[in-house]
Amino acid sequence: MRIVISNQSELPIYAQIKEQIKEQILNGLINEGTVLPSIRQLAKELGVSVITTTRAYNELESEGFISSVQGKGSIVRKRDNNVIREQYLKKIEQGLESAIATAELINMPEEELRDMFEILMKER
Amino acid sequence: MNALEVNGLTKRYKGFTLENINFTIPAGYIMGYVGRNGAGKTTTLGLITHQIKSDSGSIKINGMEYKENPERYKEMIGYIQDICYYPGDFNLLDIKGIMKDFYQTFEEEKFMEYVNKWKLPEKKKIKDFSKGMQVRLMFAGILARDTKLLILDEATNGLDPVVKQEILEILQEYIQDGDRSVIFSTHILNDLEQIADYIFFLHEGKQVMYDTKDEILEKYILVKGGLEDLNEYMEKNLIGLKKTSVGFEGILESDKSIHLSKNCVVEKPAIDQIIVSYIKHKEG
Repeated sequence: MRIVISNQSELPIYAQIKEQIKEQILNGLINEGTVLPSIRQLAKELGVSVITTTRAYNELESEGFISSVQGKGSIVRKRDNNVIREQYLKKIEQGLESAIATAELINMPEEELRDMFEILMKER
Repeated sequence: MNALEVNGLTKRYKGFTLENINFTIPAGYIMGYVGRNGAGKTTTLGLITHQIKSDSGSIKINGMEYKENPERYKEMIGYIQDICYYPGDFNLLDIKGIMKDFYQTFEEEKFMEYVNKWKLPEKKKIKDFSKGMQVRLMFAGILARDTKLLILDEATNGLDPVVKQEILEILQEYIQDGDRSVIFSTHILNDLEQIADYIFFLHEGKQVMYDTKDEILEKYILVKGGLEDLNEYMEKNLIGLKKTSVGFEGILESDKSIHLSKNCVVEKPAIDQIIVSYIKHKEG
């Protein structure tokens, strides 16, 4: 597992931890059944507070990526394809939204944006 | 279980009152007790260690008040300050001898483990130790016994960054099992901010802010902009507003950000910035 915390990031630290673990689960870099380091151990290794790592793990759990097993720690769950698809859809949506917002900044007409999208798709 | 519970703690002096302080540190967590010099930090810590008697309120360490079992109460506390409290003419072995007599739970082998780990000289007088070595010695004396609450009173003052980093690691190791906690007082939060779970902010003897660090960081944003971006609403709501001829800067509660002009720059503030703005605000 690889986690790098940036103090310059827009994201709060708990979100950085969460997103990085999530990404590695989605990419298959962290396998199903992997036992993650304990909340306290991770806090110590990253030099962040226990509350921060607790929140990252809690959210990963509520989003279905890991489950806590009493006495065993946090284990990466079997990948549910729907959950993964949902995650990717969200990412695509965010990317498109950011493109639209950028287009608005220079008052680009919708038509032109659509054309650009189609050209890019064709060029692939 | 709570490592430390403080309820309605009050101490009156001529010209200064520490008033109605309330907070809890659950076992296994770290709290930063922050305030300017003279805010009442040392008074609070003196009350917790029972070197000062309170006028009212209660303090429980690991669920126990001082009067229930004074000896065990004191034994549960480890105390570190910026000036070494061991007699300067003693060497490390003298200290070991005293500690053994003084504390029931003191383990010589453990003490020597830390002495060796940190390469502390056995024959040198304490007063000839470097500041970093003195701090390590105080830690060795505490980690060799069974404590529940580690109190750091401005302990990182005047230490070099390498020793500060080492202290961070010691503190995180200390809470690793989840049954011991740390409270550190400081006027420079930067030093230990990154590992603090809770922040308590004291101003002129009164409790001003107390929450998890993450909650505080999320509750506020740092707003900057040109003077033309500053509307009436923001003038009223910005905390610690600082205006110059070319722009302004201030802290705002995140949920008030909908009133911001689009041209403003919004950043994540550091805890320091929030607290300094708060002080400026309070002092007008």
